Amino acid sequence: MHYKRLTILCGHYGSGKTNIAVNMAYDLRNQRDNIAVADLDIVNPYFRTKDSERDFAERGIRLICSDFASSNVDLPSMPADLYSITDDKSLSVILDIGGDDRGAFALGRLRDAILSEGDYDMYMVVNRYRPLTPDAMSTVEVMGEIEAACGIPFTGIINNSNIARETTAQDVLNTVAYAEEVGKISGLPVVCTTVEDRLYDELKDKISPLFSLTLQAKLI
Amino acid sequence: MSDKILMKGNEAIAEAAIIAGCRHYFGYPITPQTEIAAYMAKKMPKIGGTFLQAESEIAAINMVYGVASAGKRVMTSSSSPGVSLKGEGLSYLAGSDLPSLIVNVQRGGPGLGGIQPSQSDYFQSTRGGGHGDYHMIVLAPASVQEMAELTVKGFELADAYRMTSMILADGTMGQMMEPVSLDIDVKPSPEKPWATTGTKMAREHNIVNSLSLVPEELEQLNFKRYERYKVIEENETMFEEYKVEDADIVLAAFGIAARVSKNAVDEARKMGIKAGLIRPITLWPFPKAPFKAAAGHAKAFISVELNMGQMIEDVLLATESKRPVTLCNRAGGMIPDPKQVLNSIIEVNGGIQ
Repeated sequence: MHYKRLTILCGHYGSGKTNIAVNMAYDLRNQRDNIAVADLDIVNPYFRTKDSERDFAERGIRLICSDFASSNVDLPSMPADLYSITDDKSLSVILDIGGDDRGAFALGRLRDAILSEGDYDMYMVVNRYRPLTPDAMSTVEVMGEIEAACGIPFTGIINNSNIARETTAQDVLNTVAYAEEVGKISGLPVVCTTVEDRLYDELKDKISPLFSLTLQAKLI
Repeated sequence: MSDKILMKGNEAIAEAAIIAGCRHYFGYPITPQTEIAAYMAKKMPKIGGTFLQAESEIAAINMVYGVASAGKRVMTSSSSPGVSLKGEGLSYLAGSDLPSLIVNVQRGGPGLGGIQPSQSDYFQSTRGGGHGDYHMIVLAPASVQEMAELTVKGFELADAYRMTSMILADGTMGQMMEPVSLDIDVKPSPEKPWATTGTKMAREHNIVNSLSLVPEELEQLNFKRYERYKVIEENETMFEEYKVEDADIVLAAFGIAARVSKNAVDEARKMGIKAGLIRPITLWPFPKAPFKAAAGHAKAFISVELNMGQMIEDVLLATESKRPVTLCNRAGGMIPDPKQVLNSIIEVNGGIQ
């Protein structure tokens, strides 16, 4: 994928932002040296990019994250080194934003710097199989709420429609029209469809562009 | 198109409650169940229901009391410390024979504890939680699908027996995402001639109350309530058995612990150890019969729990202590992994055969 200096991932909670952020970071690391993942989730104390902290360290990816993520301290806190995202222009950053408009409020803090620099993409991560975004209209509604909360306009859509381990290639294909509809109503491009790596080969000739995800979540 | 959607356990509870006809939710946010309230906040206004964030857990449970008195399906949800606050209200609901659904997505304790998953409110849920002689029907889901199905079942049982049903989940169940089918049959709410819905000057007024001034009458109320509990024990006990028929070692586990235990049973079988699992789905009434039956052929039992050993007492009672029962556990928000459970099986079995 092609990356601007800042790649911001927003969406309904549980839409898959964190897994995409982790995989994008690995992809971006192959292209650039000085990169970071910024975890700005103030909503959910679980399933954070911090879970991949060791992997990041091994690959030389910096993690900008609250000290309290994935801990028992259930505080909506921001990283101490938050401003390096916007101050350090040599750094390329994948930003993982908390779910819904409530999560996006945290991003608003950086709005002025992000907009004046103008070197960002902000993607809406959508999953047609999530209960509160079952169709294009409801998804665009959530997009509007997120934009209002953070004050930053989206630049594209990422279709991450899945039903976890039970997802079939057909389940993904069935959501292509939905993602295009979201794009049409919002006037934004669908920049890619993301699928679990096990489905990549089956879909690579059918959906373009397709981005392969290795899931970080540990399942019981 | 797949007929399944991807849901968090907490969302599944909220959506299933709506499917069951619940239009009144009162709660106060607490991790790890906040998504229930968040979901209700988004959904209820769109379907003509009530979502109200109360000023406290105590206020919320008393709002539940009010709606239940009026005969409508109603719920609240919280996590361990919040459920303790609701204790008085739970007792009043029981004393007034009111149907309601309470969700406890447990976290590590005691006290404020932590936000990681736990099953340490087993005693609180199955033995009362509030004061007085009473029970709640306690349902323990082990998948997101069951979070949805048992929520519907909980409302039905609550109405049928005029009492509180509790969904006793843990933080993992609340937070994990799995595919769910919401194609669930719902029994409509029965007639509630006792409800305080206004007499319209056409009948005597109904009274919903837990105060009783005459001890002889209060005793009779308790006797009658326990007759009802007996019917529930006979008719509503739910459990799942996994490879128990020929098992030498029978595990007892519910919720997330049962999923871990199932993996361990499979691993033990691969090693030639005949292991099995009884998974109580109702924690009250506790499924005594399958444990009693298993005690006939099993050599030993292992209770796998995310607490310091609470259900183990029910396993001892149900097996009438005919066989040794040992505990395999983690506490404070930690989950036993299949390896720990397997080691426990091997140890009890006297080493690898």
